[in-house]
Amino acid sequence: MIDIEHITKRYGEEAVVDDVSMTVERGKVAVIVGTSGSGKTTLLRMVNRLVEPSEGRILIDGKDTHEIPGHLLRRQIGYAIQGHGLFPHRTVAENIATVPKLAGWEKRRIDDRVDELMTLFQLEPSQYRDRHPGELSGGQQQRVGVARALAAEPDVLLMDEPFGALDPIIRAKAQDDLLEIQRRFETTVLLVTHDMDEAMRLGDQIAVMAEGKIVQYADPATLLVKPASEFVDNLVGTADRPFRLLSLRKVGDIVEPGSSEGEPVQPATSLREAYANMLWQGRDTLPVVDDQGNALGRVRMDAISPWAARPA
Amino acid sequence: MIASPRHKVLPALDKLGVFIAIGLLATLGFAPLMVFRANRIVLGETVDIAQAMPPGPMVVLLASIGVAGVAALLKTSAMMRLIASLAAIAVLAWVVGVSASFLVEGADAVARASPASGFWLLFGIFALMATDALTRMDPKPSLRIGLVLLAGLALAAFLASGIWDDLSVMREYENRAGSFAREARRHLFLAFGSLFMAALAGIPLGILCHQVRAVRGPVLSVLNIMQTVPSIALFGLLIAPLSWLSTELPILRAIGVSGIGAAPAFIALFFYSLLPVVANTVTGLAGIPANVSEAATGMGMTERQRLFSVKLPLAFPVILTGIRIVLVQNIGLATIAALIGGGGFGVFVFQGVGQTAMDLVLLGALPTVTLAFAAAVIMDALVDIMRPSGVQKGSQ
Repeated sequence: MIDIEHITKRYGEEAVVDDVSMTVERGKVAVIVGTSGSGKTTLLRMVNRLVEPSEGRILIDGKDTHEIPGHLLRRQIGYAIQGHGLFPHRTVAENIATVPKLAGWEKRRIDDRVDELMTLFQLEPSQYRDRHPGELSGGQQQRVGVARALAAEPDVLLMDEPFGALDPIIRAKAQDDLLEIQRRFETTVLLVTHDMDEAMRLGDQIAVMAEGKIVQYADPATLLVKPASEFVDNLVGTADRPFRLLSLRKVGDIVEPGSSEGEPVQPATSLREAYANMLWQGRDTLPVVDDQGNALGRVRMDAISPWAARPA
Repeated sequence: MIASPRHKVLPALDKLGVFIAIGLLATLGFAPLMVFRANRIVLGETVDIAQAMPPGPMVVLLASIGVAGVAALLKTSAMMRLIASLAAIAVLAWVVGVSASFLVEGADAVARASPASGFWLLFGIFALMATDALTRMDPKPSLRIGLVLLAGLALAAFLASGIWDDLSVMREYENRAGSFAREARRHLFLAFGSLFMAALAGIPLGILCHQVRAVRGPVLSVLNIMQTVPSIALFGLLIAPLSWLSTELPILRAIGVSGIGAAPAFIALFFYSLLPVVANTVTGLAGIPANVSEAATGMGMTERQRLFSVKLPLAFPVILTGIRIVLVQNIGLATIAALIGGGGFGVFVFQGVGQTAMDLVLLGALPTVTLAFAAAVIMDALVDIMRPSGVQKGSQ
């Protein structure tokens, strides 16, 4: 759990982060969204004390981050950044082993952990362990960067635009992988991005930042239907709003008995995708099947539409 | 059906090969191969290939030049060109010794024979051809070092065999064998010793310049100005303070420090070495991507860990490039040390200039050039070896 309490960072007279308070629950993903210069990166960097706050304090699992030296604090917190920042002179395995080595783990435990993470991130250890970052693709480098951040089993993971350098297709895959691994390790994640789509996709909670302050901190649905200000309203995009609402819900939530013609969808499919499929196939209903193709029922366009409407 | 074979009539020619072939023909036609002199300081008379040696060696020489010329002219493989040019160089080295013996045979004991423009042109052309072939083959760094060592062995074999003993420059060597070894040691000590001290002082100074921005400008400016002082002037400037120091501090005099001699030469070379080492250390450290450096801190490295396990290893190839520059520069500059009694190969160069004995000049100049060349190739190879794999050449 991360507790940010009345944190302020001033450079000279100007407050880059101005009296910000927020809490990230254990095992949840919080995303800070804002334009450049909003102070979002500074806020993130104060959590692992790459930037020292001018005022306020930050607690991790109830402990004040100022109780231990900065470099020891940072070894307990995962940190992944845009463009991965891998060490080009070290192999993939050495890169991932960075923090465990600093923390003085035994060699055997380090090796096991490196292999576990590499397998988890779909990098066959025997094939990639001894390669250098320069020999990997952009997507692979990014995965090694996240694996390195998670190596010492941190409870908290900070990410600064971690997918910013990836092309859209690889980015979507990287986002899915992150969510899967985050759920597996129950890591608390604080992620910074300027991309509202990314925030909606990843965040359990989203903090919208502007001019050093948090304008609104809420779950994605609340942000869409009850924007706290015109700024938030603009940021979530009025034209896309119904579709963004639909993308927050799954077919499984509204499946009903019955059968239908057409290409089937799965319970995990978002309503947005199901709706798009209906429009494309020119149908009002689609069948719902599970992984094995067993029929579960059907989904109706009439049942989807209300989820896209502004709540009364 | 009719047109298709037409473009095959003329074999494709190599562009550089055309120049090499023209150069070889022009050299054979117009440049004398050897010079014969009645004694070591009179003006000599030039000797053409035909008169310079017995028919046997001449046939071998012309044949090897012909083969190398054809190999250069046609689009042959790089390996073929390398072998042909190296073979031609070996034959040339053998022939020049044979020719010297042939020319001085029966002449006065003080008569001298030495290579003339024709020999040097042929040698230069074949060296160009060999270098070009090697560049095309793009050999691994370890192979390049191996080739230099092999060339050194070949050179030692020629020297030991006695084939060159009648060459004028070897006659000069014979007269000074004792002092040659001493000056060689002195030369190496000046060049490598000052480099070692410069690295010892320059790398920490470069790190300091990198860490403390305020220091960087002044330090680099001072070193830059020092680099512009002509070497002789710097030697001169050092005479007064060093004389004073050696009279004031007996301990310095005891270890041989005085206004002239090796000490001011060593100090001057040290100062000249400092700028490339410091500047390359600063450049190397500055060239590390910001996110790599930030990741190192974000992972929980201390300032010291970040410097030694991330920044310095990444900057090392650039620092090594600076050391390479210094080494080659120092091997050349150390010749000047002889002017103030500092010793080194320069002793022979300046004696030779004084006596108008060109062969004595060569006795000083040839080892210097050979040494500088070998140092350059070996250091370049080391820089490539130190570059992390996967990082492309020039991307650092």
